[in-house]
Amino acid sequence: MPKLLTGAEIVFKCLEDQKVEHIFGYPGGAVLPIYDELKNHPSIKHILVRHEQGAGHAAEGYARSSGKPGVVLVTSGPGATNVVTALTDAYMDSVPLVCISGQVPTHLIGTDAFQECDTTGITRPCTKHNWLVKDINDLSKVMHEAFRVATTGRPGPVLIDIPKDIQFAKTKYKKPNKEKKLNGKSHNKFSQDQIDELVKLLSKTKKPIIYSGGGVINSGPKASQALRELVDLTGFPITSTLQGLGAYPGDDNQFLGMLGMHGTYEANNAMHDCDLLINIGARFDDRITGKIDEFSPNSKKVHIDIDPSSINKIIKVDLAIVGDVTSVISKINKTIAKRKNGHSKSNKSNIAKWWEQIEKWREKDSLNFVNSDESIKPQHAVQRLYELTKNKDTYVTTEVGQHQMWAAQHYKFNKPNRWMTSGGLGTMGYGLPAAVGVQIAHPEKLVIDIAGEASVLMTMQEMSTAVQYNLPIKIFILNNQYMGMVRQWQELLHEKNYSESYSEALPDFMKMAEAYGCKGIKADNPSELDDKIQEMIDYDGPVIFDCHVDPSENCFPMIPSGKPHNQMILGPNDQEENKIKGKGKALV
Amino acid sequence: MPKSKSAYSIPTKKQKPDTYIFVVWVDNEAGVLARVVGLFSGRGYNIESLAVAEVDAVKNISRITIVTTGTPQVIDQIRLQLTKLVPVHKVAEFKREDKDVIFKEMALFKVVGKRNKIEKCLNACKKFNPVILDETKSSAVIQITALRREIDVMNKKLKPLGLISTSRTGAVAMTRGAKIFN
Repeated sequence: MPKLLTGAEIVFKCLEDQKVEHIFGYPGGAVLPIYDELKNHPSIKHILVRHEQGAGHAAEGYARSSGKPGVVLVTSGPGATNVVTALTDAYMDSVPLVCISGQVPTHLIGTDAFQECDTTGITRPCTKHNWLVKDINDLSKVMHEAFRVATTGRPGPVLIDIPKDIQFAKTKYKKPNKEKKLNGKSHNKFSQDQIDELVKLLSKTKKPIIYSGGGVINSGPKASQALRELVDLTGFPITSTLQGLGAYPGDDNQFLGMLGMHGTYEANNAMHDCDLLINIGARFDDRITGKIDEFSPNSKKVHIDIDPSSINKIIKVDLAIVGDVTSVISKINKTIAKRKNGHSKSNKSNIAKWWEQIEKWREKDSLNFVNSDESIKPQHAVQRLYELTKNKDTYVTTEVGQHQMWAAQHYKFNKPNRWMTSGGLGTMGYGLPAAVGVQIAHPEKLVIDIAGEASVLMTMQEMSTAVQYNLPIKIFILNNQYMGMVRQWQELLHEKNYSESYSEALPDFMKMAEAYGCKGIKADNPSELDDKIQEMIDYDGPVIFDCHVDPSENCFPMIPSGKPHNQMILGPNDQEENKIKGKGKALV
Repeated sequence: MPKSKSAYSIPTKKQKPDTYIFVVWVDNEAGVLARVVGLFSGRGYNIESLAVAEVDAVKNISRITIVTTGTPQVIDQIRLQLTKLVPVHKVAEFKREDKDVIFKEMALFKVVGKRNKIEKCLNACKKFNPVILDETKSSAVIQITALRREIDVMNKKLKPLGLISTSRTGAVAMTRGAKIFN
């Protein structure tokens, strides 16, 4: 008779069989049996965070930078509710997470026991699926199923709620099924006909654009490789969503920069005027489309996505190809290569005029800003950070707000999985714990959280985690003393009524760094910026960099709400020009 | 155009909503109905009626029938979102006007009053296979099966004849002829 294992042992058996190396968690009453078992499994390292939300974001950073699922372990009640923000964040941005939560013993469920909450009820809308394990015999099956659900199709978070008595109960362990049952949830069944139809569109177009998204990153490094081949084969311009940055090299000439609300002038105008729009692994988010009725009005639209419910959700498309980005693009590339003599050369000449138009838009230099000798402009700070770190295979996380957009605009990513930001949910406080997770996955790499002072205070406690595990993360705070994006909207749309967007009593970040036991660096003059950034990079250990920037700077260009892509507001230079010409100075 | 102060775009032109019936085959497990219903409420879809029961005890399958309204785009989304749920096996949907599909609701009417009033009620229900489930000198429980709007009409009609309580199910659906849902 095979050995009987406790529920806690089975949890670790499953984690070992799933090749999990790190878990992020926080102990508590209802998960103590699992924590007790931790010592017997040296291949699995537990990272103790300071708040369960931090565990979730750290696991997200880990997953997004490594391509492996992130694993979170929390206790019942407040442990589970604290992780909800991170689960929702992972759900919105399609990050594979497996969250294990403790629960009160089965006989107490429903009695309002101490630290009881309806965890599966609360997390139902923010996970791909969740399970409450009420029978020890289901545990191994559920654990393996959880990893499968989290990592297949469109990835996402899952949660397994394990009551304390189940962690003690004993049963036989079942290995994962080698043969994967698909249950009709896998979607990689596109046909050659669809590919042929797309290739035909490619050969006829005069004004094409490729719009790629996070799906390319999620599909793995091969997808980025295939995307680069496709762009090279066709000669088409390519733009990317916030989440897709890095899939295509940011410094390549065919790359138009990010599109959307704070995208470049050339990318948004190309989206508006194109005659063929190829969406690869993106979801027509409202920050991308602007006004739906006037979104890319004259184009044929193609949508490649692994999630069938993304198709026609917001924008009706003419051709939908449901499948994994890697397989779809590889198929397209092969098909194009086969017909090479036919169209690929002539096609490049077809779109020469289109490129001329794009170059004209490019001349606007929409990411420009008025630099200063007196105060550090936040855009300038990001540019200097990029210049001084671009040769180092740097991993960048961000918080949410103006600094996030400036990072997306001015930091150029050349590889996938190097850029971790909260796009869908827009979670302030994401970047610091995410950087912890990234550094755990890549101990030797340079990891920078480009932060705002308001966001970073939301999860500041995780600095303590970074110090405990000696993780040399660099927290680069663009400190403008405002919730900058809120202030910007108030300036542009609420008659400069800066209601509650100014932080009166900010902490001294230098002393804070000292208190946490890491290094603090402060810069408030452009002339010292480079040296200070270099000092940060060279320091072997966690750093909080307090970069005092111009508090009134706004993030441009932008598409105001309810406007289409071709009605952007440009930066101060252009606004000045418009004023002189007497054109509308109204911002909305 | 009114000036928008929102970070979100303004809602644009809407298509006309239609009534559709969804039939969903799911694993009969704890929480599955909450997943389906939560999807509707969470995404702002409407539920007009809902009927659910186990239909295959061996395979442990329940069948959920949901009547909903939505534009064609919303209906598409409902189907695709339902299909994504892990315990959902298959999803079928059809328009209420679809002639190839039967759908029925059942209603129980409690009528209290003199014999002649109860007789009148039964007469009024004649078209809808009335069955008397319980009878006393001064009351009767009448069961009918009919379409939603027919039950609505009967409900109104029987009020003056002594109807004091109505209980009704959600619609259930089945295709005509030999074929089954996809």
